[in-house]
Amino acid sequence: MSATEYKAGSNLEKILSAGTFAVTGECGPPKSADGSIIAEKAKLLKGYVDAVNITDNQTAVVRVCSMASGYAVQQNGVEAIMQMTCRDRNRLAMQADILGAATLGIKNILCLTGDHMSFGNHPQARGVHDLDAINLIRMYKDMRDEKKFQCGEEMTVEPRLFIGCAENPFADPFEFRALRLKKKVEAGADFMQTQCIFNVPKFKQWMAEVRAIGLHKEVKILAGITPLKGAGMANYMKKFVPGMDVPDEIVERMAAKEKGEPQQAEGKKLAVEMIKELAEVEGVAGVHIMAVEWEPAVPEIVEAAGLLPRPVVA
Amino acid sequence: MADAPDPTFEPEIIVFACHYCAYAAADLAGSMRLQYPTNIRMVKLPCTGKLEVIHLLRALEAGADGVYAAGCMEGECHYLKGNLWARKRVDYVKQLLPEMGLEPERVEMYNMSSAMGPRFAEVATEFTERIRALGPNPARRVKEGIRT
Amino acid sequence: MITAERKPFEEILALVEGHDKVLVAGCDTCVAVCLTGGEKEAEILASELRIKAQADGRTVQVEHTAAIRQCEWEYLDAIADKVNEYPVVLSMACGIGIQSMAEKFAPKLVLPAVNTNMLGMPQEHAVWLERCVACGDCRIGLTGGICPVVRCSKSLMNGPCGGSHDGLCEVKRGDEEIECAWALIHDRLKEQGREELLLEIRPPKDWSLSSSGGPRKMVKEEAKPV
Repeated sequence: MSATEYKAGSNLEKILSAGTFAVTGECGPPKSADGSIIAEKAKLLKGYVDAVNITDNQTAVVRVCSMASGYAVQQNGVEAIMQMTCRDRNRLAMQADILGAATLGIKNILCLTGDHMSFGNHPQARGVHDLDAINLIRMYKDMRDEKKFQCGEEMTVEPRLFIGCAENPFADPFEFRALRLKKKVEAGADFMQTQCIFNVPKFKQWMAEVRAIGLHKEVKILAGITPLKGAGMANYMKKFVPGMDVPDEIVERMAAKEKGEPQQAEGKKLAVEMIKELAEVEGVAGVHIMAVEWEPAVPEIVEAAGLLPRPVVA
Repeated sequence: MADAPDPTFEPEIIVFACHYCAYAAADLAGSMRLQYPTNIRMVKLPCTGKLEVIHLLRALEAGADGVYAAGCMEGECHYLKGNLWARKRVDYVKQLLPEMGLEPERVEMYNMSSAMGPRFAEVATEFTERIRALGPNPARRVKEGIRT
Repeated sequence: MITAERKPFEEILALVEGHDKVLVAGCDTCVAVCLTGGEKEAEILASELRIKAQADGRTVQVEHTAAIRQCEWEYLDAIADKVNEYPVVLSMACGIGIQSMAEKFAPKLVLPAVNTNMLGMPQEHAVWLERCVACGDCRIGLTGGICPVVRCSKSLMNGPCGGSHDGLCEVKRGDEEIECAWALIHDRLKEQGREELLLEIRPPKDWSLSSSGGPRKMVKEEAKPV
C-alpha cells in the first residue's frame, strides 16, 4: 500500500491495515509543567505498543494538554494517539488544535465527549460542548477528505488523520450501543477503542450485534483492557465508576489472593487471559491496554500475551 | 441575651388554637379548674391550617417570647390535613429563626383532642418553662425598661 | 415558567448592610407561582429583616410591596409612589423584573433577593424541573419532544454518551439523580415508532441563535402602535 492510500500513514494505521493484531497503551500527562515525566512514561512503553493514547484533561482534571504531551512522546520514539474532548474546546479551537497537531507530526486522534466538569477539579468551569463526539469525528473527516473547515471554507493543506472514537459496550441503552457505533463510523471513525472489559460474555454479545451490521469491516475495533492492581481496585470500579461492568467472579478471584504482590500478579494474569480470549473474537483487531498509573506492568503483560515483538513498519 | 437569667422575666406567649380540639381542650381545662400559667394568650382559629408563616413571624416581631400552634391529633383534624400543614409551617419557621438570631425552640406545634384538658394545661406549663429558661425574645424591643 | 430561589438570608443581609430603609418588592407572576417572591413571600422577608434588626438592636424601616408583574412599565407605575419613598429596593422578582425596576427607578439601588435559576416545569406541586434554556432554535420535534440542549448535561445532539447507565446521567447535582435525556429520547422515539431518527447524524447546533451570539431582541412590527 502506498503512502497515498493511507488516510494518515500512521504506525497504528499501517499495522491495522495489514491485519496484524494491534496493541495500544495509554498515558496520563502530569499535573505540572514538567515535560520530563511524559517522556519517561513513553520510554517504558517503547517497543511494547504500536501507539499510545495521551489523555485530554481526563476526568476533567487539568493536566498537560494532549497535543504537547503527544509531541513529547513522539520525540521519544513512540507514536501518539492524541485525544480531544468536546468539553473544553469549541469548534474553532478543535480545528485549530488539530491543524497544530498535524504540523507537529501527530497523526492519530481519538474523539471523545469527555467526562463532565463536575467529576474533576474545576467543577465551576463552564462546559463548552459546542459539538458532540459524532460531529467532531465528522468535522475532522471533512477537514481531511474534503479539505474543508466546518464552515465550508477550503484549506490548502489538510491534516492527515487516522480518526478514532470510543464506545462503551456496557452502557445503556444497551440495545442502541451497536447502532451508536454505526453513527460514529458513518461520521468517519477509522478505529475504535472500547471501555475496559471485564464482562467478556457481554462484550461478545455486543460484538455479535456489531458484526451483524457489518461494522467490524468498516472500523478497526480495539478491545479495552485494564489490568487490576488488586481486589480493592476491582471493587471500586464495580461500584463507583459509571458505565463499568465488573462481574462478581472477577472481584472474588482477585480477593482470593493476598493483598499486594499476589493480587497484582493475579491482575496481570487475568489481563493476559482476557487479551488472549478477546484476540480470538471475530472482529477484534487489537487490544487497548489502559494500565492506569501502572505503566510498568504493560511490557510484562504484552510479552505474556504473546504479542511480542511489535511490528516495525516502514 | 443577658448573662444571668432575669428572675423577674415573665414570658409572653401567643397560642394559636383550633376551634375543634385545642380551644375546646382549653375550655375543658378551665371547667376542670386545672392550673396553668397565665403567660399564654390565645388566638382562636377555625383550624391550625389557617396559620401562615407570616403569623408566626409577626407574633415574634411584635415581641412575643414564644409562639405555639395547638391543633387536633394527627389524622383527626376536623378539616382533614390542616394540622399537618401547620406542622410543616412551624418546622419551616424553626429553620428560619436561627438566621435571625432567634432560637428555634421559641416556636412549636402541639396536638391534642378536645377531651384532653389536662394535656392543654401540661403543654401551657411546659412551654412557658421552656421559654422562661430561654429568656426574653432577642427581637423584643426594650425601651427605657418598658416592654414594647 | 421562570423560576427563582430566594438567596440565603445571610447573603441578603450582606446586600442590605448599612441600609436602614429598605423596600422589599415582590412580583405576583412567575416568582409568586413558584412560591419564592410573591407578595406573600415579600411580606415574610420584610418581617424577617425587621426581626433580625430588632434582635441586633438596630432601628430600620422595612416594608413590603408587590407589583402584578415587575417587568412591565405600567405595573411599575402602580407601585412607583411606594418605591419612591425608599432609597433601596430589595426585589424578589426574576432577573427580568429586577433589571426593569433598576432601569425605571435608576439610579436607585435595586438589589436581587433571589437567584433566577431556570425555565422550569412544575412536575408536581412544589417541584420544578429545568426544561428549556431558550436556545432560539427549537428542534425537539426530532427528539420526541424532549430537549437535549438542557436536559442532556453535555447538550449532545447525537447522544447518549458512554456515561449513561440505568437511564441515568453520569452527572448528579449533589445527591439528586438526573435522568439521561438520550435514554428518554430513545424510549420516546421508540414509543412513537420513529427510532430511525436516532440513526441520523444531527449537525452541530447553531449557537449564534442563542444568547451566545449576543443578547437578543424580538420585535413584532405588525403589533407596534400606529
